[in-house]
Amino acid sequence: MGKYIIRRLLQMIPVIIGVTFIIYVAVFALGDPTVGRCGERSCPEGYIAKFRADYNLDKPLIVQYLLYMGNLVQGDLGTNFFGNRVIDELAERWPVTLKLGLMALVIESVIGITAGVLAGIRRGKFIDSLVTVSTLLLISIPIFVIGSFSQLIFGVRLGWFPVTATQGTFYQLIMPAFVLASVSVAYIARLMRTNLSENLRADYVRTAKAKGLTNARTVGVHTLRNSLIAVVTFIGIDIGFLMGGAIVTERIFNINGIGNFLYRSINQKDGTSVVGTIVCLVLIYLVVNLLVDILYGFLDPRISHD
Amino acid sequence: MTDTTDSSLDTTSVVPVTTDAGGGLEAPLRAPAKGEKARSLGTDVWDELRHRPMFWISAALIAFFVLMAAFPQLFTSTDPHLADLSKAREAPSADAWFGRDNQGYDVYARTIYGARASILVGIFATLFVALLGSFVGVIAGYRAGWMDSLFSRIAEIFLGIPLLLGGILFLYVFPNDPLTTPFLVQVGKVALVMGIFGWPTIMRLMRGSVLQVKPNDYVQAARALGASPTRIIGSHILPNSLASVIVVSAINLGAYISVEATLSFLGIGLQPPAISWGIQISEASGIGMIRAAPHMLFFPSLFLSLTVLSFIMMGDVVRDALDPRLR
Repeated sequence: MGKYIIRRLLQMIPVIIGVTFIIYVAVFALGDPTVGRCGERSCPEGYIAKFRADYNLDKPLIVQYLLYMGNLVQGDLGTNFFGNRVIDELAERWPVTLKLGLMALVIESVIGITAGVLAGIRRGKFIDSLVTVSTLLLISIPIFVIGSFSQLIFGVRLGWFPVTATQGTFYQLIMPAFVLASVSVAYIARLMRTNLSENLRADYVRTAKAKGLTNARTVGVHTLRNSLIAVVTFIGIDIGFLMGGAIVTERIFNINGIGNFLYRSINQKDGTSVVGTIVCLVLIYLVVNLLVDILYGFLDPRISHD
Repeated sequence: MTDTTDSSLDTTSVVPVTTDAGGGLEAPLRAPAKGEKARSLGTDVWDELRHRPMFWISAALIAFFVLMAAFPQLFTSTDPHLADLSKAREAPSADAWFGRDNQGYDVYARTIYGARASILVGIFATLFVALLGSFVGVIAGYRAGWMDSLFSRIAEIFLGIPLLLGGILFLYVFPNDPLTTPFLVQVGKVALVMGIFGWPTIMRLMRGSVLQVKPNDYVQAARALGASPTRIIGSHILPNSLASVIVVSAINLGAYISVEATLSFLGIGLQPPAISWGIQISEASGIGMIRAAPHMLFFPSLFLSLTVLSFIMMGDVVRDALDPRLR
């Protein structure tokens, strides 16, 4: 197990270096980092020269990158054109985004697993078709369409939930969390259904039944736990979906979180904030995936012993 | 981000169908009568598909939207760029079937013309991903050794950036200018971005199936007979791996259309004189607009969702037909 963790940690290093290098080269070497710093016009010569010196852009690429990484490790994501440090802007906003994300994660796990189990044990029956068709629909409808329509139907027309969630209280975040969870619910349900019905055909299930265990116990204890492994690993990828979804959801419901900050920065052409936020989110994504991989090693001993 | 994570995803998991597996399972079930031609995988799949209503529904929808993208004039004779401000936000009527938007544009005409952007982005992105991914995947799987490790590590790096975040970053740094960038360049840029972050999925799929097919006897026999690597790949390995790539590509095509719309919705994908469902929905959202003119939101959303649905459904149906385990 220790060996497995160390191997995963070591494998992570080139990925982190590669990812940050690609982003750095795209933004600072290939692209023009001064875009938008002076509003609609292009920047004056003197400003560009000072900017290039301040951000070490006059040095060789590798030195630039190392200096950038040095700042990044110390939590310096740059200063945006309002003169605020991007890391402070993010620090102020992460709690509400995390709250929204966790609520979505709980919703999608509970509903997704339940629906998947029901469809998996009654394969080919009505409930199976219902789950298959409704998950297909959920996957097909983009999240901003689901968001706008829930806002219209449940917020404006029916008045069940607040239309916007500016303060980010639990009650206000319920509808946005359901919207954010909607696509992943479908993925989890399908994943659970496939894995469960596959595992139900396995030899150990036949053995369990043969020795006289009740159906509830065979499914509930033996098969369910094995099928859950796939769902846990999905959560790693899911964090990526949730981040993308949070940008849209927070925009629609006007939640003052990281996603909305990113959206506003894009439209204000605030480059430092856009790049800093994305670098931060990508690093979080990588770390969460590493944790999920390690957790996977604990859940499924076959993996860690290769 | 282990391989297992990716392959266990329901929508992307496709069992690479080798002729062995297909034939072995099929033979006892449907033994060909004397004089009947030997059944190929293709005819089996076609037989299976012909009897599924889902296949015909999605095929009809896809044909409909592709036609709409190619010849929007067939569906409407209204100019989508004709704004009549005095009729802004008018509800649907005989004059404008889907109503009018905030600028007084005809929503019906714009929804019809919006198909082009979505379909083009979807097709370009899918082609790019499929070609690049298959090419790198075949090389990595066939050559093995250091080339395999190198390409696999590079793929891992690109998988480390979620598609939407990567798309926002690249389109922010290399923006589409609303006035000077021609429509096709805007579309190409969005498709290219998806290609850059999308190729590793297909690469892994292809690499996996090459590794699975390579040790088979008939491949070894071809090699012993002196076939060149190009020939072995072209006539023995590719036909066996292509089915799964096509299925995943169809599902991805739907997903790319959805991502394009999301990017345009966020104001960073295609830029407004260009017509796109994402832009239309973006203009229609916001509480004031939702209250005043819900028809602006409804129709583009419906068309967008149906398009994504038809491609995902097609991929699903073809996968079920190809996957011998589900028969």
